[in-house]
Amino acid sequence: MEKVGSVLVVGGGIAGIQASMDLADSGFKVYLTESSMSIGGVMSQLDKTFPTNDCSICILAPKLVAAGRHENITLLINTTLEKLDGNPGNFTVELLQKTLLLDQEKCTGCGVCAQECPVEAIDFFNEGLSNRSAISVKFPQAVPLVFSIDQELCIGCGFCKGVCKAKAIDYTLEDKFTTLNVGAIVLALGFDEYDPSLTQQYGYSKYLNVVTSIEFERILSASGPHLGLILRPSDGIIPRKIAFLQCVGSRDRKRGVEYCSSVCCMYTAKEAVIAKEHMEIIEPTIFSMDVRAVGKDFDKYIERAQDEYGIRYIRSRISDIKEIHETKDLLLHFENEEGKVVSEIFNLVVLAVGALPNHSTKELAKKLNIELNSYDFCKTKPFCPVETSREGIYVCGMISEPKDIPETVVEASAAAGAVSILLSDVRNTLITQKQLPKEIDTSGEPPRIGVFICHCGINIGGVVDVPEVVEYAIQLPDVIYAERNLYTCSADTQTNIKEQIKEKNLNRVIVASCTPRTHEPLFQATIREAGLNKYLFDLANIRDQCSWVHMHEPEAATEKAKDLVRMAVAKARKLVPLQEQQVEVIHKGMVIGGGVAGMTAALNLANQGFEVFLVEKSENLGGFSNNIYQTIENYDVQEFLKDLINKVNGHKLINVFLNARISSIGGYVCNFTTKITHGTDKQKKEFQHGIIIVATGAHEYQPKNSEFLFGKDKRVILQSELEKILFTEEEKINDLKSIVMIQCVGSRNEENPYCSRMCCSEAIKNALKAKEINPNLNITVLYRDIRTYGFKEKYYNLAREKGIIFLRFKDDKPPEIKLDNGKLGIYIDKPDIGNIKINADLVALSAGIVADGETNENLAKMLKVPINDDKFFLEAHVKLRPSDFATEGIFLCGTARGTATISESIAQAMSAASRATTILSKDILITEGIISKVDPALCIGCNRCAEVCNYGAIGVKYEEGLMISEVNPLLCKGCGDCAAECPAEAITMSHFGRIQIEPMITEAAKATVSDGQLRIVAFLCNWCSYAGADLAGVSRYQYPPNIRTIRVMCSGGIPKSFILQAFLNGADGVFVGGCHLGDCHYIAGNQDALRRTNEIENVLGSLGINPERFMRRWISASEGKLFAETITGFTEKLKKLGPIENDYKKKEIIIIE
Amino acid sequence: MVFEPKILGFLCNWCSYAGADLAGVSRIQYPTNVRVIRVMCSGRVDPVFIAEAFMNGIDGVLVLGCHLGDCHYINGNYEAELKMKMLSKTLSMINFSDRVRLDWVSAAEGARFAQIVSDFTEHIRKLGPSPVKNKKVKKEIIDNLNAVKFALCDTRLRALVARQRELTTDGNVYGEIIPTEEFEEILDNAIENEIIRHKILEKIKNKGKSVPDIAKEIEIEPHKVLRHIVTLRARGLVDVDQINEEIPTFISIKEV
Repeated sequence: MEKVGSVLVVGGGIAGIQASMDLADSGFKVYLTESSMSIGGVMSQLDKTFPTNDCSICILAPKLVAAGRHENITLLINTTLEKLDGNPGNFTVELLQKTLLLDQEKCTGCGVCAQECPVEAIDFFNEGLSNRSAISVKFPQAVPLVFSIDQELCIGCGFCKGVCKAKAIDYTLEDKFTTLNVGAIVLALGFDEYDPSLTQQYGYSKYLNVVTSIEFERILSASGPHLGLILRPSDGIIPRKIAFLQCVGSRDRKRGVEYCSSVCCMYTAKEAVIAKEHMEIIEPTIFSMDVRAVGKDFDKYIERAQDEYGIRYIRSRISDIKEIHETKDLLLHFENEEGKVVSEIFNLVVLAVGALPNHSTKELAKKLNIELNSYDFCKTKPFCPVETSREGIYVCGMISEPKDIPETVVEASAAAGAVSILLSDVRNTLITQKQLPKEIDTSGEPPRIGVFICHCGINIGGVVDVPEVVEYAIQLPDVIYAERNLYTCSADTQTNIKEQIKEKNLNRVIVASCTPRTHEPLFQATIREAGLNKYLFDLANIRDQCSWVHMHEPEAATEKAKDLVRMAVAKARKLVPLQEQQVEVIHKGMVIGGGVAGMTAALNLANQGFEVFLVEKSENLGGFSNNIYQTIENYDVQEFLKDLINKVNGHKLINVFLNARISSIGGYVCNFTTKITHGTDKQKKEFQHGIIIVATGAHEYQPKNSEFLFGKDKRVILQSELEKILFTEEEKINDLKSIVMIQCVGSRNEENPYCSRMCCSEAIKNALKAKEINPNLNITVLYRDIRTYGFKEKYYNLAREKGIIFLRFKDDKPPEIKLDNGKLGIYIDKPDIGNIKINADLVALSAGIVADGETNENLAKMLKVPINDDKFFLEAHVKLRPSDFATEGIFLCGTARGTATISESIAQAMSAASRATTILSKDILITEGIISKVDPALCIGCNRCAEVCNYGAIGVKYEEGLMISEVNPLLCKGCGDCAAECPAEAITMSHFGRIQIEPMITEAAKATVSDGQLRIVAFLCNWCSYAGADLAGVSRYQYPPNIRTIRVMCSGGIPKSFILQAFLNGADGVFVGGCHLGDCHYIAGNQDALRRTNEIENVLGSLGINPERFMRRWISASEGKLFAETITGFTEKLKKLGPIENDYKKKEIIIIE
Repeated sequence: MVFEPKILGFLCNWCSYAGADLAGVSRIQYPTNVRVIRVMCSGRVDPVFIAEAFMNGIDGVLVLGCHLGDCHYINGNYEAELKMKMLSKTLSMINFSDRVRLDWVSAAEGARFAQIVSDFTEHIRKLGPSPVKNKKVKKEIIDNLNAVKFALCDTRLRALVARQRELTTDGNVYGEIIPTEEFEEILDNAIENEIIRHKILEKIKNKGKSVPDIAKEIEIEPHKVLRHIVTLRARGLVDVDQINEEIPTFISIKEV
């Protein structure tokens, strides 16, 4: 049967989205189905994410929009998979799309229907903590942004249909079955939260002040029910004392959940930290058995939570909670460190609920005939982490085991990679590429601008006098044509825009409507279809940031709309066509490191038909896995490794170089040139390749200074040495009576302040093996926390059942080993039972994993990529880009990134290969259009641009004795930081450059405001603050209409001159809004904004301008309320200062322009 | 001294007003307490009018229309019936429902008109003067009436009442007829919620108050008050006033 080049992805959470994006970018047609009304999954409900405290919706929303707009992804919401037939490579699937009672194509998401709906219902997105209408959208940033009618609640009154100007509502629409032909299926169903009301555990659903962690997440959220205030449900008071209870519905065999849910320890720490950050008076206490901070930088986070935020950790599992009737406070009994039972009163209890398999997993598994494990998660094998029992069906994310977001994203890319191998023959067969007319050459022509002003039903037209704005627009300079539309985004208006472009010879188009964040690509595509370069477009946001936020001031809103249109015209007059450069891709890759990760990555690329250069430092392949014999699940590692090495060596597309050293790496994505020496005779070799995968691995910590007598006494060995004995010389175990294992040797200490992730499992694996060989053997494991996350918990339980003893020691009181008449004695101080001595014949030290600092540092320099304090490589984004470097075309996997098990390394390797495939699968890579450009005539070669660039995209080159800066268009992301930094103004940021923005500032500062009102010119970054301002609109938070906003891509792209110019042009106040520090979309552009704005604040005084007139705030995409409040507050402040002329009167100054 | 109540009568032009005229022509005597406002149809009587009448110190309100089936505008009096039902529900929440009566008087029923007026006057006389006149409780009562008035202005509530007859007799957009009990449950909930919300708004009009304080004043459990505060904040009607230590207070914001 012939293979089909399309893929079905089931589940639209972060896993499904990532898998879809990777597949669509690698040349496959993707159908992404989601059972709810929007993609985004649980991540869209989260307030912040650990360990960076990134705002969740800020980092997720751009992904949602990108997936929603991808030309090779078809989103099918409210849809489930019903039936499957066929074989791998060619399946037939039947999908059921439940009716929305609304035409998705016509709905503009304006929300008038929800405002008019007379039925109030519960808002499940806010976990039932607030109300919504029977017709609603899942959350304000939903993709697709369509409303739907809840048929359970709808009374059929017909109001929504009456008010819907877009005529989207159709009560006669019925459920629809669709049949599709796909080559492979990726399942990303995610998980369900454990519901503690089922067992009435801890009085949940009986006591008002006992909430689940996901409810608390909504309580924390700035867009949640309390708009960021932390209020307890019983009486709306801020709970001073909050108790967080871990392991609710996890590690609890009594309630049928044996495994560890992996994420709760960290999200609880995060929730406690964020609560404390929100309100200083809150005192969080976390009750937990073990703290399982196994991920990269997680332990540091826990330490900061304790040391910086004063969060109290108590090692105890609470058995019962009692409510105090009068106060609704909660009484908890627990055992303290000294073993005494004490009781304490808390104002709020948060239950850290675990992850259950998604409710539909079981049913779907039956339909698809795939196997589940004993916990009803999807069954996978350690060496094939994304494969199900049925070929052609893959899984990623929580469907197979509880895991955190980065691991989920890794698996999503890995699953995409697996599909990519299966379907590599039919790549690029079903994707569509729009046939576009040749671009019209508009160079040399004077601007001819067309302005299209949207009523958006009554959303804009109900407040702003649209005809008046049209009349105003037509008389602006270079405006040839202006018209108004009921909905500018509707299909017929698109046709009309194209016709007008042709008829009136327009060469610039402005739409005044909603937000460019969601609608700019649509209009850009329209004008491109009419033959105009897509950058000859601008959008004036007169809805989200005008009519919706000044609903009660129609006149002021109309004036503001006129100003916004005038600003857009000022910009449009200076817009120039931009060309996206095309670069040929060399379809070859280099993989650095020949361990399991490197080999897997190489094999994955080669199996897709890409030639690979595999560079290994040592004399053989296999890396650290050469020392591992078995996984904890009893899979044979050596057999797997042998097979893998054979496959790599035997593959005709893989060139293996052993004993290799890299001399130099030149070039950039698509076209790298690497020089190496290899072999014992140091042969030289040079090759070209399009991408690089870093898989340099890590090694076992070697105890120093006879730590625990290691190196002094032969009976003290490393865990890996014990493993070798257990699997190759098991007879040696038979004579032993007692083994003691000491955990965290060289981990979680000052030298290596991180958890090595696998040592707990390794120790348990070896302990079980030793017990199997010699059942009479006494084994004691001395530990700080047992971190058998996920399903590994089973083996911890098994070990205890087998009589293996686990004794915890406190972090500051490690065990000591003393020689007692030649015998090994291990002393451990337990506060609850006193000092203990254990005799041992053998001591196994669970040594941690450490990065190869020197290798990584050298390589990092060569690749110009960062490494962290622990010398592991630092990925582009710890949450959502775990396999990428910030530098385009370089990827990362395995223990080079951080500690990981074999299974995790394999997933990461597949992920890195999959990410690389998104480049290698293309013949031509198209660069960003909006990038920086250097004018060599002005460049002074100071290299400050390179210092601020986070992507290594710009830097000084020597050319004919001159030092001139140069931009690499392939690497530039268009943040504009370099242009803002350049002291010679030699760098131009296209589209958002001085030439476009300065006229906008002039117009913005001339804003027409009513008497006594003061003008604010605001610069907002596209990703957070502008999005936050949009959210204020969506939520209808009103604020004064005296602000004129200029959108920039990054707050780091705002030169100081912009702020000064705004003041000199007459603004009474200037506002700069960016992402919170650490959240920057361009890694750290806001740090530069912080520095520049600080400098500005310092000079304003000397110019006679009160520095109070300048304000800088970090506002996230979820902080709509904060944005409205900030602007209101700033306006009030300015009112006190009066118009800017007041300042000039006070002091005579000379303004040098 | 006998208490002489002030009674306001809304009379429909075609039947009840004509009936009242007939009482005059026939010289049928009835108490002088009633003051009549002529409306074209009993369905025109907006419940808000009645709330305002009470706020202005009226002791009782009579709404009189054509007999069911006889409406000059086909079914205006059916609408009046539903509106008065809703009004009576809202008023019963503040113990005022006894002071309103809806009845039918045809153009031929002069005597009936006089009888109704006499009975109602006697009824109100027994009830005593409206508490609005009582200086001790006046503020509380006015607040409550205000809450009722604003609740009656709520578009969602009005929309429900406006569609009630259609949805429970003719069928909704899906062609289903919603059982009256089911609809009334929805309506009752909506009424209760709106009244409580407006009661809350009245309490925090000029001064920020905490959830427990509001709860005490309007005698509703604090967790329910919080829930309403969430809705009111989402509607942009309430904002945080201050946060003193762990106690946030909320204040109503006037529409700009």
